Amino acid sequence: MLIGIHSRKGLQLAVGLLLGIAFGFLLQKGGVTRYDVIIGQLLFRDFTVLKIMLSAVLTGMIGVHALKSLDLARLHPKPGSVGTSVVGGLVFGVGFGVLGYCPGTVAGAVGQGSMDALLGGVVGILLGAGLFAAVYPRIQNSVLSKGHFGEITLPELFKVHPWAVVLPVVALIVVLLVLIERAG
Amino acid sequence: MEWLTMERWSPYAVGIGIGVLSWIAFVLSDKPLGCSTAFARTSGMIEKMLRGRTVLDRPYYQKFTPEIDWEWMLVIGVIVGAFLSATLSKTFGIEWVPAYWQAAAGESAVIRWIVALLGGVVMGVGARWAGGCTSGHGISGTMQLAVSSWLAAMSFFAGGIATAMLIYRVLL
Repeated sequence: MLIGIHSRKGLQLAVGLLLGIAFGFLLQKGGVTRYDVIIGQLLFRDFTVLKIMLSAVLTGMIGVHALKSLDLARLHPKPGSVGTSVVGGLVFGVGFGVLGYCPGTVAGAVGQGSMDALLGGVVGILLGAGLFAAVYPRIQNSVLSKGHFGEITLPELFKVHPWAVVLPVVALIVVLLVLIERAG
Repeated sequence: MEWLTMERWSPYAVGIGIGVLSWIAFVLSDKPLGCSTAFARTSGMIEKMLRGRTVLDRPYYQKFTPEIDWEWMLVIGVIVGAFLSATLSKTFGIEWVPAYWQAAAGESAVIRWIVALLGGVVMGVGARWAGGCTSGHGISGTMQLAVSSWLAAMSFFAGGIATAMLIYRVLL
């Protein structure tokens, strides 16, 4: 692991910026910084979003687990509960369907000149995030902790070797992508 | 260098590229790619400017300090990268109302702005509630096989599909 460079703040800010530029470039070239493409996915008219996400997860999953096996990376699975992942996820989904961008693609949409993304999306997400920070203490110990399961991964849940989950998920994603292509 | 000026790339090339970026992020920065925490930090920084330092006492900002960090720079980079891509393909342009919305709901920029703002507020709450977004949970979390992220990603799409269907099939 490259522990030495992880703690160099200025260098890390530069790495973040460069990775972001590459990420934004890819999102825009993929077409997913467009409202029409994202809404097209939610209405099952255009499968670009799923094709990009599934191939990113496939590539990322193999690489990240290989890097972990080689001791070059460590995983950072987010903690969760039914109250956060499912309830919060559904709230996010409602916003996703109304806005037609997500927090990453809304930034990309701003870069290509979409004013609904800048004045609506970005301003709205900032307001929403602030609102959440204000009510957080009141829901922290109720809905947010319902069905708490922590930072667990699927291999830990099933008590198997990580690659025993990676390989079937790879197969599942490939099958899904083939089916999407066939359905055309 | 024709590929740089192309308007669209294959979704598989883009997806593989994003997957490779995530390897680089893990190795160089020990971090998964994500975007929504940067919005929470920015919101805190703006509120601090308007209402003073007492904002920092909020328990949420004790957890996520309102400051410029790696992920904040990443989101700025996304804006720059998309601008570069759109400029190279000559598709950069000020757009107030997306075409698909306009075909169903009309050309009013004010109505689209209000709807986008409302959607943004709900998404801002939801992203913090779920602890991540389509990047942090949907791509970076699922690739790590995190249980929280698979549940969140499925919920994002379940909520998104139901809402988009309601808007386009029932309301408009």
